Amino acid sequence: MNKPGMTLIVKTIVRISTSLILLYGVYIVAYGQLTPGGGFPGGVIIGAAFILLCLAFGKEVALKKMSTASASILDSAGALIFLGVALLGYIWGTFFLNFFPNKGIPFHLWTAGIIPLCNIGIGLKVSVCLFGAFIALVLFRVAKKEN
Amino acid sequence: MLLIILLIFMIAGAIIALETKNLLSAVIAVGAVGAGVSICFLMLGAPDIAITQMAVETLSLVILIRATISRDLTHVTAQKEVGGLIAIGVFMAIFVLFSTFALMEIPSFGKPLMTVSSHYVQNGLAQTGASNIVSAIILDYRGYDTLGEATILFVAVAGAIVLLRKKGRKKVGEKDE
Repeated sequence: MNKPGMTLIVKTIVRISTSLILLYGVYIVAYGQLTPGGGFPGGVIIGAAFILLCLAFGKEVALKKMSTASASILDSAGALIFLGVALLGYIWGTFFLNFFPNKGIPFHLWTAGIIPLCNIGIGLKVSVCLFGAFIALVLFRVAKKEN
Repeated sequence: MLLIILLIFMIAGAIIALETKNLLSAVIAVGAVGAGVSICFLMLGAPDIAITQMAVETLSLVILIRATISRDLTHVTAQKEVGGLIAIGVFMAIFVLFSTFALMEIPSFGKPLMTVSSHYVQNGLAQTGASNIVSAIILDYRGYDTLGEATILFVAVAGAIVLLRKKGRKKVGEKDE
């Protein structure tokens, strides 16, 4: 067995469970305005799914799913979504104004104006941020070993 | 009662994490402390924070174990200095003294006296439309704070990626200026 990563048992379990973990993270982000959760914990769970892939299959497989360049682009995109939603409030007056006039029916999914948009931005940002930090540390360790 | 047992468990975990010589055991003991904190938050009625604590705890444990502990660094052999211990004792005494003064002033546990928070609780659903009041506060009323936190995370990870990158920007023959 010269393949990178862990044993066959771990790989099989990870192959089944990664999609479920991703789905759970997306659920936590999307329902952040209705149930406990929100952008930050959901983003951490999504990032953890990618880190699980990286641990089980080796870093090449994980980097094929999410390369360093696309990670940095998505990271900046998440931060810009959040900042852009915040700045859009200036059109109607103040910073971070909840500018949707109709807030929707309470306890339905698309309610609460800007809060779901902010949650999506933060979730994108946090997930890719943590994956990027993990990849940076792993690459650093590999580079040190080669020297 | 269960809260006190959890607190004792967490203090024991913290002491083990400080005193053990093996770095891996110390990381696992810190993880036990984090799990205890998460259960405490859940019992005190803060499921948002409990979810965040659990997820971040698991992820940071994985990062600590996998990415930072290399094989030649798992045993700590350094001795503690006497002067450092004395300084820790003095500063802890000062901290405990002043925090006792401060803790006498705050309202008793679980007693909402603040006018701002009662305004949030009464008008949050009508003004923002979010049924999760924590989301309404951190992303609408206090969105500026959350923007600051997101900026901190962004800058920290950008710094880590820049510092730990594999290839430098300089060419091979180029000299420092």
